[in-house]
Amino acid sequence: MATPTSQFASADSSSIVSSPLTKDGAEQLRQWKSSGAILTFQRWVTIIGGLAVAGLVVCVLCLQFGATKIDMRTVMAVLSRWSGIGAPDTAGTDTSAVIMFHIRLPRVLTGFLVGGGLAIVGVTLQALLRNPLADPYILGVSSGAALGVSLAMLFGIGTTLAFLPGLPLFGFVGGLLSLVVMYRLARSRGRLPIQSVLLAGVILNAMLTAVIMFITSIMDPNRSAGLMAWLMGSLTVSNYGILSMFALYVVGGASLLLQKAQTMNILTFGEETARSLGVDTERVKKRLFFLAALLTGAVVSVSGMIGFVGMIVPHAVRMLVGSDHRVLLPASMLAGGMFLVAADTVARTILAPAEIPVGIVTALTGGPMFLYLLLWRKDQLV
Amino acid sequence: MNEQHIAWEASANAIVLGAPRIAYEIESVRFRYHAGSSDGADWILDDVGFQVKAGEVLGIVGPNGSGKTSLLKILANVLSPQQGTLHLFGDDLATLTPQDMARLVAHVPQDTQQSFPFTVAETVVMGRFAQRRHTFWSGCFGWEDEMDIVVAAQAMAAVDIAHLAWRLVPDLSGGERQRTVIARALAQSPMVLLLDEPTAFLDLQHQIDICRIIRQLKEERGLTIVLVSHDLNLVSQYCDRILLLDRGRVVRLGCPEEVIEPEALEAVYRCRVLVDRHPGTGLPRVTLPGRHLSGGT
Repeated sequence: MATPTSQFASADSSSIVSSPLTKDGAEQLRQWKSSGAILTFQRWVTIIGGLAVAGLVVCVLCLQFGATKIDMRTVMAVLSRWSGIGAPDTAGTDTSAVIMFHIRLPRVLTGFLVGGGLAIVGVTLQALLRNPLADPYILGVSSGAALGVSLAMLFGIGTTLAFLPGLPLFGFVGGLLSLVVMYRLARSRGRLPIQSVLLAGVILNAMLTAVIMFITSIMDPNRSAGLMAWLMGSLTVSNYGILSMFALYVVGGASLLLQKAQTMNILTFGEETARSLGVDTERVKKRLFFLAALLTGAVVSVSGMIGFVGMIVPHAVRMLVGSDHRVLLPASMLAGGMFLVAADTVARTILAPAEIPVGIVTALTGGPMFLYLLLWRKDQLV
Repeated sequence: MNEQHIAWEASANAIVLGAPRIAYEIESVRFRYHAGSSDGADWILDDVGFQVKAGEVLGIVGPNGSGKTSLLKILANVLSPQQGTLHLFGDDLATLTPQDMARLVAHVPQDTQQSFPFTVAETVVMGRFAQRRHTFWSGCFGWEDEMDIVVAAQAMAAVDIAHLAWRLVPDLSGGERQRTVIARALAQSPMVLLLDEPTAFLDLQHQIDICRIIRQLKEERGLTIVLVSHDLNLVSQYCDRILLLDRGRVVRLGCPEEVIEPEALEAVYRCRVLVDRHPGTGLPRVTLPGRHLSGGT
């Protein structure tokens, strides 16, 4: 035949599929690992170890601040006495030790757990909804949980110490209901358009908040003032018993979420793709909904409505360590804890001796960042 | 023999060693999206039945809305039909778990949008998910072994994206993203590959590359490939058999000469077409009528 024939026939000659790689597997693995193309165990240890140390440093530094300043030397002296190392006693540490043990330390620990819990819930919702702007506060999950807790308080359940462990469960039920309703509203034909998710969440949030406001207005004034203070976000925990139970919720929920880290990676591709890659999407979704609501319920019952931590922290962490949830989840948890401890320190020192609710500080830092992402970084939102 | 060959052969063996001759058996499948609605007129697929032979390249063509993509998703077990049965290598599709399914079948969807900044290498390695063993903590502390990396790297080399390993997927062009998703599908080491418009975003060179890879996967690894495309010429040149769908029904199924011919195409697409022979391969070639002919005679 004519010339075209030979040209077309020769196009198929070279074999791409079976051609050996220029580098062997070990070499390729080394190259990808060293360049950060994929996550490795060494990088994981470096990031998580580094953040854990940084978290510890932030917590210790923040122990200084409050209504009365305790200088760093005294803080260290008290800490070393508690841990049984260093000099046994120094003059003037007694009052400081009492303040630190009964006021500062529980508050810093609560802040760390609340911040970590909110951040990890944010990461989970973002993967579940394939939406980098998802946040339990913005999407109305927090207000659902807050409504559950408020109702429990209105009817006097959980206001007594014996019933206090019940409050996170009321929060859990409220949070789960609002999460499921939001999901159903936003979903159309198997898709979750980013605008629908935000819109459904915002509307739901407005309605739930209205109901909470209604509850506060029918409560007797003395109790409703306490409810309002809690709603605006506060980190005051009265005793170590509640604190340790709260820690159990957060650490337990976080561990169960960590187990699904790789599955969350794959869920970000969308449900149909995740299914075709071997993920049992229906089961995983139910589990993630359940855990996100459980953590939100626990966090909200302790600290009220603290916004934006679940959105800005994972976003910043993702930029620093990448999107792999195996590192993103624990790193966000540590960073969220650090962020909230620092924000709370600002909240209790900026107008010292008066305090402002920590929710104001997080909303004033997080809100502008949310707007920035929404207005100028649309490319990241698809 | 090195790991790479082991990796590739593991998936091809089942076909070579006394494997069934039929990959898919589809019997009287009916499907619609809103299962609850009562009016019977809106079936997306209506009484569709055919077989996909093991090791063939089957092209599905048809006008917009004819049910091509839905049919492919049903083959991928992403959608379930309301009526009818599907068997894959003898197993009822309804009984396979997502993980079983992902080890056998890889699905490349039409929409490859991705908003989370994973690197290309991370994305492709995730194709290994179903092939890896899962234990209680492996979700967080399970790491890819050398085999996973080799298979992923080879898949990336096959679609010419090895140099993009470090790039973030949202920053890629449409064509690069398309090839990343195809590489992820290849990394699954599947026996069946389902492709929805695999060349839609690709320039000419990469279209030819993808088509060549499709033929090589069939010839060298015995893969069964089902692809959906609007490009009748591409389907005619690269597919062994073609299935022509119209309004949810199979109009024709056969080799390119049987399906790509004016009578069938004009009835389905409702426009005039010219069909002649490709000068290189002798296979049917479709040309749209030019402006002088479109008025019709």
